Amino acid sequence: MSSNAFTIPGVQIDEKSWVDTLHEWVTTVDHKRLGVLYILYALLFLVVAGVEALIIRIQLMFPHSHFVSPQVFNRLFTMHGTTMVFFMGMPILFGFANYLVPLMIGARDMAFPRLNAFSFWLSALGGFLLYFSLVGANGLYGAGNAPDVGWWAYAPLTARAFSPGHSTDYWTLALLVSGFGSIGTAINIIATILCMRCPGMKLSRMPLLAWLNLVMAGMVLLAVSPLTAAQMMLLIDRYLGGHFFDTQAGGSAMLWMHFFWIFGHPEVYVLIIPCFAFMSEIIPVFSRKPIFGYPVMVAATVCIGFVSMSVWAHHMFSVGMNSYANSFFTITTMAVGVPTGIKIFNWLGTMWGGRIQFKVPMLFCIAFLFQFLIAGLTGVMLGSAAFASQLTLSYFVVAHFHYTLVGGVVFGVFAAIYYWYPKITGRMLNETLGKVHFWLFLIGFHLTFDLMHIPGLLGMPRRIYTYEPDRGWDILNLLISVGGFIQAIAVVIFVANLIVSYFKGKKAGNDPWDAWTLEWATSSPPPAYNFASIPLVASRRPLWDLKHPEDPDSRYE
Amino acid sequence: MSAMANSFPQAPATWRLPDRGKVAMASLIIAESAIFTIFVVAYLFYVGKSLTGPTPRELLETPIFYTICLLSSSLTIHFAAKSLTRDRVGAFLGLWVLTIVLGATFMYGTAQEWHRLIYEHGFTISTNLFGTTYYSLVGLHAFHVTAGLLMLLIVAIFGLLGRVGVQHSHRVEVLSMYWHFVDAVWVIVFTVVYVLGR
Repeated sequence: MSSNAFTIPGVQIDEKSWVDTLHEWVTTVDHKRLGVLYILYALLFLVVAGVEALIIRIQLMFPHSHFVSPQVFNRLFTMHGTTMVFFMGMPILFGFANYLVPLMIGARDMAFPRLNAFSFWLSALGGFLLYFSLVGANGLYGAGNAPDVGWWAYAPLTARAFSPGHSTDYWTLALLVSGFGSIGTAINIIATILCMRCPGMKLSRMPLLAWLNLVMAGMVLLAVSPLTAAQMMLLIDRYLGGHFFDTQAGGSAMLWMHFFWIFGHPEVYVLIIPCFAFMSEIIPVFSRKPIFGYPVMVAATVCIGFVSMSVWAHHMFSVGMNSYANSFFTITTMAVGVPTGIKIFNWLGTMWGGRIQFKVPMLFCIAFLFQFLIAGLTGVMLGSAAFASQLTLSYFVVAHFHYTLVGGVVFGVFAAIYYWYPKITGRMLNETLGKVHFWLFLIGFHLTFDLMHIPGLLGMPRRIYTYEPDRGWDILNLLISVGGFIQAIAVVIFVANLIVSYFKGKKAGNDPWDAWTLEWATSSPPPAYNFASIPLVASRRPLWDLKHPEDPDSRYE
Repeated sequence: MSAMANSFPQAPATWRLPDRGKVAMASLIIAESAIFTIFVVAYLFYVGKSLTGPTPRELLETPIFYTICLLSSSLTIHFAAKSLTRDRVGAFLGLWVLTIVLGATFMYGTAQEWHRLIYEHGFTISTNLFGTTYYSLVGLHAFHVTAGLLMLLIVAIFGLLGRVGVQHSHRVEVLSMYWHFVDAVWVIVFTVVYVLGR
């Protein structure tokens, strides 16, 4: 795709065979190609995990449904959660980081291109391992079973005695392997941002996307490692007779919970911070105003990074910790909402007084702002230990985290895809189809996840494969499922748009959105070497300076 | 693109960024520290909580000599890296090989201790909580020492073949950062297992 930068007229260029193209893609160390591989890989798993979600929703559409058995239901929600977090969320965000960070800081590639490739293929192997369990693992109920222990895999359910066979092991190994890939990518991102910026790009002049990915990478180092440690401990328990989580030998199942959530909570911030980065790049461009309060945005993100490491036990409010622990984690959870709120104000401040263009990326961004705010509010509600002890393990929690993950991460990713697809492929996505996708997905999302709060408040527990008909949940579950199907239709339209526009979309040119960061200074798609000569920057908006030499930002910074 | 240079104020006089190898190794060390922290937390959490079986006090003998070996190897690798930056390849090689010998001695000490524990006392990872946490923590550290020794050995082989020069000094420094990390972890593991845990 990006191997021919210039077409020299009159020169015969031999058509490459498909084997050669495949070989190029499989052996690539180019950050742009690896970025695309990550994104495509994640989009594939988005569809797979989405289908799993649809099956779950079909099962829950009517009380006493027999669409799937309870055993299959357990496997479905385990695989849905694990796939979405580890093989959709992480890869797609690493993919965007890989693609954009070197371009935005004026570098030719990441710091360690081969490590980059290695990390991608490790992550890919992890996804393969997880799904290989469908054929390769004997589970509790017989042959060929996916893991069925929930994506959080609480002990002692995961002990050999209670999860015989290998389905849990596939879960463990898949995450162990892709965890190493994540750590490798995080190291790469940090080294790239700190060591490969073009001349003049001080840290205070870096695009916010680079800053936020730096914070995200730091968090990955500190968050994924506890999961790696916990997985090693689980394997030791299952295969070497260890007793880490073996209550009969004095071990503690709660220790798994602590270790898992020490990973799990920062992980969700790892997922959302790159989406904050997308907001911080896209909203200014479509408001025709620079981001409001750049230094505060950086400071708030760093704060989020630190504070989010201290809130993990708000996932454990109902397991019987003492009141000092509950109070401490309530306070820290309340605190972590403050810097995020600051960022929302700054995005609104960016839009205020701007000349807003309601192109498709901006539509997704505006939806993100509303939805993430509401999700944050339900999060603050759940952050209070007293309130959470009533609503834990109910659909209120499911509604909250889907609001952040779908309303936040998925909307953010859609915005990013519509915004950067022209750069990556050289063609614009169809604006009409994009708007159809947006509105359908918005309606489906809100139908599903707004309503989902209500069964939670009415007492519907999580992780149940069916329910009684006289609880008042019936019509709500039916509508929630309908919303799921509307979202599915929207995603089909989106995928169609991606494919058709690749071949028939309007040619994009270097800078279709009239934006200001360095990736728009090079061709679409960029040549393999990114920039003909390494750029030299003097402000936060180098392209503004180029296009408006009479009024450069460098005069004011 | 060249037009960009003209419309800007002067380029920065110097533009020096940190060495990527060192930044990457520092990041790796941060991640590994997090992994070790979890194992240390598990160890401390389970101190005294084993329901059965031998206690640390009964079984452990403080490995002072082997600890001194490992900690001295940090010193030798530091001076080895220093020598290489000063283009004294002979001194570098000697000190480097000495580091490997000291590290290997430490590994021998661990192996000897484990042999005694397993074959004389029948004490394994599945014996009790102390066994699980002890072998995991010390084992994870030993694994990192082994990985480090392998990397040191590769450099030593290249060095003995005359292929290492002053131009490689920054890479050698990166490797020595890792070795210092492994040492620092041992200080913590030693304190937790042989001092606090007993």
